[in-house]
Amino acid sequence: MKKPNLYRVIGTLSAVLILAFVVTKSQRSVRAAPPPEGGIAGTVKLEGTAPHQRPIDMSKEPACAAVHKANPVTTENVVAGADGGLKNVVVYISEGWSGSPEAATSTPTWDQKGCQYIPHVMGLDVNQHFKVTNSDPTSHNIHPMPKPGGPNHEWNKSQPSGAPPIDAVWGSEEVAIHVKCNIHPWMSGYMVVVKGPYGVSDDSGSFKIENVPPGNYTLTAWQETLGTQTQKITLAAGKPSTASFTFKAK
Amino acid sequence: MRTQQVNSLACAVAVLAICSLSSAQLTKDQEDTNLGMEAHVGKLTGHAKDAAMNYRRYCAGCHGDLGDGEGENAVWLDPKPRNFTLATFKCRSTPSGSLPTDEDLYETVGRGLESSNMPSWNPLSNQSRADLVAYVKHFSERWKTEKPGAPIEIPVQPAVTADRVKSGQALFQKLECWKCHGVEGRANGPSADTLTDDQNRPIKPFNFHDQTRFKCGETDRDLYRIFMTGLDGTPMPSFADNVKPDEAWDLVFYLRTLQPMHTQEKEIAKQLGLKPINTNAPAPANAPAPQPQSNENKPQ
Repeated sequence: MKKPNLYRVIGTLSAVLILAFVVTKSQRSVRAAPPPEGGIAGTVKLEGTAPHQRPIDMSKEPACAAVHKANPVTTENVVAGADGGLKNVVVYISEGWSGSPEAATSTPTWDQKGCQYIPHVMGLDVNQHFKVTNSDPTSHNIHPMPKPGGPNHEWNKSQPSGAPPIDAVWGSEEVAIHVKCNIHPWMSGYMVVVKGPYGVSDDSGSFKIENVPPGNYTLTAWQETLGTQTQKITLAAGKPSTASFTFKAK
Repeated sequence: MRTQQVNSLACAVAVLAICSLSSAQLTKDQEDTNLGMEAHVGKLTGHAKDAAMNYRRYCAGCHGDLGDGEGENAVWLDPKPRNFTLATFKCRSTPSGSLPTDEDLYETVGRGLESSNMPSWNPLSNQSRADLVAYVKHFSERWKTEKPGAPIEIPVQPAVTADRVKSGQALFQKLECWKCHGVEGRANGPSADTLTDDQNRPIKPFNFHDQTRFKCGETDRDLYRIFMTGLDGTPMPSFADNVKPDEAWDLVFYLRTLQPMHTQEKEIAKQLGLKPINTNAPAPANAPAPQPQSNENKPQ
């Protein structure tokens, strides 16, 4: 008589768990109903001096070296403007997002130009398609390297000069996926795949996250070498909010 | 009363299954359920649970009991034994980024991997090897949630002609194989010294003059498959998007002229007086255009 009782207890417990799961799930979709409004804008600053960015020697690829002859390029690990505005920081909602499960509809382009990735850092929604293009007169191999064993998987495709764009998509969140080209080892970039809206800081360090419904959120700012920072933010209805981040130079 | 108990039990099992999917680390229970993994190779069905003893005896020394590539011999080996928990495989018939088919893994186990410490396991019975494939698969959850990619199609091999060898050489230049493999295929291209694998370990490109066999086989079809699917986890990309299936055979024929053994292609190259490519000159006019040419492609 003892055993069946145990089963029943486990069974009831499981049923309650599943019920709870279903209920929270359905609540989430109900909450997603009101159309998104408002947004979050702000700036990302760098405190201190940006680390020295090494010049890139592209002499092994004359076609690309020629492009940058007048303006030699450097690595882009930390790019800060004169007023301390920090570029290439992705700001996204890491907690509190319960909005639309549909991916963003725009299709951003990841271009290979002058043997550099343009943009150097790209934000993406989960399941948002993006295009990989090659504007160079040389071949590249596009080799994104998600965390081994993680939900996204590495792939590696050759894209000769003039080849048609490659359509690609990431199915899971990942902050961040390193992208490299094995033919040109100096090429380095990041794709930041998040759930929900995001903003990427521009030359002046400004970012904008659009289509955020009112609510309480945790924002996370990610920078490729300086790591992440978080802050809580409350969005009131019909009112845009601001948030600012400051990274300390290492 | 009885059905109620069965229902409760089914419920409990469902919850356990949901919980187990969410954790990345294999628990003992999960390990046991994963041992139900099967592999299908032709008419054979491999069962992971039947391979445990063979795996311990023949594989664990290098690949480790947990399949993480950290067996006790691993420190002495280069290239390192495969980490099965990551489910990334070099030798596939499927597109880059997808899982290999069971046949792909079965072939690898039987053939062994050239230039590595992985020997051929053909001495084991077909059934044992199919069981081992299932065992290899049981180390990663990826096999439960994902299907292998669709194998690339390989058209019937055409006859070797002088034109095809020449067109293959033009492709070798156009696709810039030489950036790593070198203008003569001697693994001394400008990027050769900088290559690393997905674990950031140095890795060398294939030297065509060194060997008759490739990492993933030795036949013309194997060679075709290698560059069309790429070798995941290494710098070797997939060329399937930009080489037409028929043209790919031309590249196979050209690559055969570089290898040490006597081949029909080599004879043709000799008769043609084929010279190594000149990377300072644009690709010859008969270079196949795999895609619309952009103006930027014109020589300066």
